[in-house]
Amino acid sequence: MLLPIALILMFQTAGIAIENLFGLTVPGPVMGLLLYLASLFLYPKMRELTMPVVNFLLSHMVIFFVPAGVGLMQYFDLLSREWLAITASIVGSSIIALVTTILVTRTVSRLMQKKGADHA
Amino acid sequence: MPEALAPLLSEKALWLGITFAIYCVTVVIYKLSHGKPFLLPIFTTILVIIGILKWTGIEYKVYFEGSYFLHFLLGPATVALALPLYEQRERLAKMWLPLTCGLFAGGTIVIVSSVLIAHYFGATLGTVITLAPKSVTAPIAMGICEKTGGIVALCGPLVVATGVIGSMLAPPIIKLLREKDDAVAGFAIGLTAHGSGTAVAFQISRETGAFSGLATGLNGIFTAFAIPLILPWLLSAIGY
Repeated sequence: MLLPIALILMFQTAGIAIENLFGLTVPGPVMGLLLYLASLFLYPKMRELTMPVVNFLLSHMVIFFVPAGVGLMQYFDLLSREWLAITASIVGSSIIALVTTILVTRTVSRLMQKKGADHA
Repeated sequence: MPEALAPLLSEKALWLGITFAIYCVTVVIYKLSHGKPFLLPIFTTILVIIGILKWTGIEYKVYFEGSYFLHFLLGPATVALALPLYEQRERLAKMWLPLTCGLFAGGTIVIVSSVLIAHYFGATLGTVITLAPKSVTAPIAMGICEKTGGIVALCGPLVVATGVIGSMLAPPIIKLLREKDDAVAGFAIGLTAHGSGTAVAFQISRETGAFSGLATGLNGIFTAFAIPLILPWLLSAIGY
């Protein structure tokens, strides 16, 4: 369990180092995600090595949001003033995103199938 | 409270213990309610802790410092998201072109539309910036928010709200568009409603869930790269 913890923390640290070195606007942990992903492709045994801690992190992720979520108590005024804009934005953009993603993915996938059938 | 117990307030064991205990109770209540959305453990846990802090007059800063270890774990959790993505590599290889097109179109439009709609309804700049990454999984969204100058504390709750609302909107829209392919439907759910959406997608079918998980990871990465490019341009276009 200690080695997988060390590995994940090292990917995170390396990601943050890259972020700082190159002044990236992408969060360091996301760079860490990409490094870890690359390591999985280059060294498939990495999956077995990191599995215990990754499963733990992924299955308990929800509770990690609590400290930041409680920070909401500082923003009750803002919420009571802007709840309409926030709700409209979430509902509207979710509908638009669902429809766009389905239509684009479906259209391209059908075009590919058609092309594949033409070739056959 | 007796004077001698005052140092207890800066004790991490106290705040971590309280958080875990409340979370465990809310999970049991959620299960007993057969999964009522407004009893979602993350939602009720946050409300109960806010209630306790307001009632005792303890500042948020005291709680945040006490429970910081949990907040810290958002970073490692972001890194961990690579594993489910890696496990989907064969599906991704098979459908990479349609999925990439869907990701770029859906991932871009969800950022643009959430900013424009929020601005249209009179949201302030901080709120608009915070809403931009709300469709991606919380650890990534919060990381983006820290970089763009959004309100990090507001970001987590908005992400959770998007997950719940997106999961409720998805099934009727899939039906309306007559989408028969579980892979396509799942991909759209995960792109819009991240982890909460994926949980709902798994209730539809295993394939829907797998593609939803894939979209959650891919859109997290896409958005982390896209927002620094799109947002400044978008904000100047609407006059900030």
